[in-house]
Amino acid sequence: MNLNLDIGYLIDVIPTLLPFIPLTLILAIVSMIIAVIAGLVLALILRSDIPVLKQLATIYVSFFRAIPTLVQLFLIYYGLPQIFPALAGMTAIAAAIIGLSLKQAAYLAEIFRAGLGSVDKGQVEACLSVGMTRAQAFRRVVLPQATRNAIPATGNIFIGLIKETSLAFTLGVVELFAQGKILAASSLRFFETYLALALIYWIMIIIYTFIQQAIERRLEKPYLS
Amino acid sequence: MITVKNLKKRFGNNVVLDGIDIHVNEGEVLAIIGPSGSGKSTLLRCLNLLEKPEEGIIQIAGTKVDARKMNSKAIYQLRQQTAMVFQHYNLFKNKTALENVTESLIIAKKMKKSEAEKIGKELLEKVGLKDKFHQYPATLSGGQQQRVGIARALAVNPSAILFDEPTSALDPEWVSEVLQVMKEIAEQKSTMIIVTHEMQFAEEVADRVIFMADGNIVEENTPYEIFNRPQSPRTQQFLKKIGTGE
Repeated sequence: MNLNLDIGYLIDVIPTLLPFIPLTLILAIVSMIIAVIAGLVLALILRSDIPVLKQLATIYVSFFRAIPTLVQLFLIYYGLPQIFPALAGMTAIAAAIIGLSLKQAAYLAEIFRAGLGSVDKGQVEACLSVGMTRAQAFRRVVLPQATRNAIPATGNIFIGLIKETSLAFTLGVVELFAQGKILAASSLRFFETYLALALIYWIMIIIYTFIQQAIERRLEKPYLS
Repeated sequence: MITVKNLKKRFGNNVVLDGIDIHVNEGEVLAIIGPSGSGKSTLLRCLNLLEKPEEGIIQIAGTKVDARKMNSKAIYQLRQQTAMVFQHYNLFKNKTALENVTESLIIAKKMKKSEAEKIGKELLEKVGLKDKFHQYPATLSGGQQQRVGIARALAVNPSAILFDEPTSALDPEWVSEVLQVMKEIAEQKSTMIIVTHEMQFAEEVADRVIFMADGNIVEENTPYEIFNRPQSPRTQQFLKKIGTGE
């Protein structure tokens, strides 16, 4: 059997893809940071009884969980400048980060809301009973415990985000996947190139999974009897 | 020391506290007994405003709050006067025994960490947990957790300590060690209000006992009188049912 597979090319192409990992990671990490902050604010609003704001947050979560990421990226990068000409100068990278973080914020809001809700009410009462304020109780007791509850699901969001950065290629951002596409088109070695890409994503996720397990072990320490 | 006037609290249409008046002197130990649903825990939780009463005046040491015109500053000030020991301990699960005790000192009272730890260690020693400073609540028995809870309450040096059924959630084997610690605190002339089902303990330690039912104080007297010569039929019935008294 004559298998049209060039292992040598596969091995050669990997180093040419590696320099594009940083941009992929930057897209993922910056989006994640923004999404975590926005998600936390949304979760707090969802748990509150602030009229109007709460309804707006509910609509936000509903909308951004419903629309495909690709539609959202196009809406921001190609759509918004039409309505707001001032946004015409927005770079593709910025648009990708905004799009990805807005979307993941919606998912994280739900995760954080559940995480905060799973902290026993008695924990806050105990804080108040010894003269702490609600804000102090939140920062010192509720948030750390909610973090532990939310970490596994939040990690899944981050893994999803690493993979979704590949959609940035549709806006013209030359990140890992875009570079792979370019190389595949010029070498016509599609299988080898995309397999190399797949392996790189896989290894990134494996490394991240180790990091997350270490974080989980650390956060779990107080709760082991 | 503590004066409560005409305290009223309802949950929906259910009247839980129907105009309660109490007075506790400095250094006095007041036990509150009564059937479940009588409002005794709610009364205690109104004293530090974990429950917000609709009506009434609460004065503890120098702080006076009128339920009709409370603001967050008044609530905060009143809470500074007391500390509470909870039925389910409510220890901060993410913090060690020592951190549980020092947390309020460092965060609320802005005390230096070293100073707070000195106080924390002294208090944990006092409740017999000298070798548990750095253990997390999950590794402690119920009795040990509740003793940390008591040390945490003592740390803020409150005008009064509120005990909300502190032994009700404990396995029987841990009850006596907790009661023993409470007894020692009582002997040091701390002001204590104890909601409890431990009748023998109430009789032994309290200076005064209140029997509550249906949101009202039915009877108030010395422990000896309450347990040996209850005046009200309601009290007699309750004590008979739980197997103390005559």
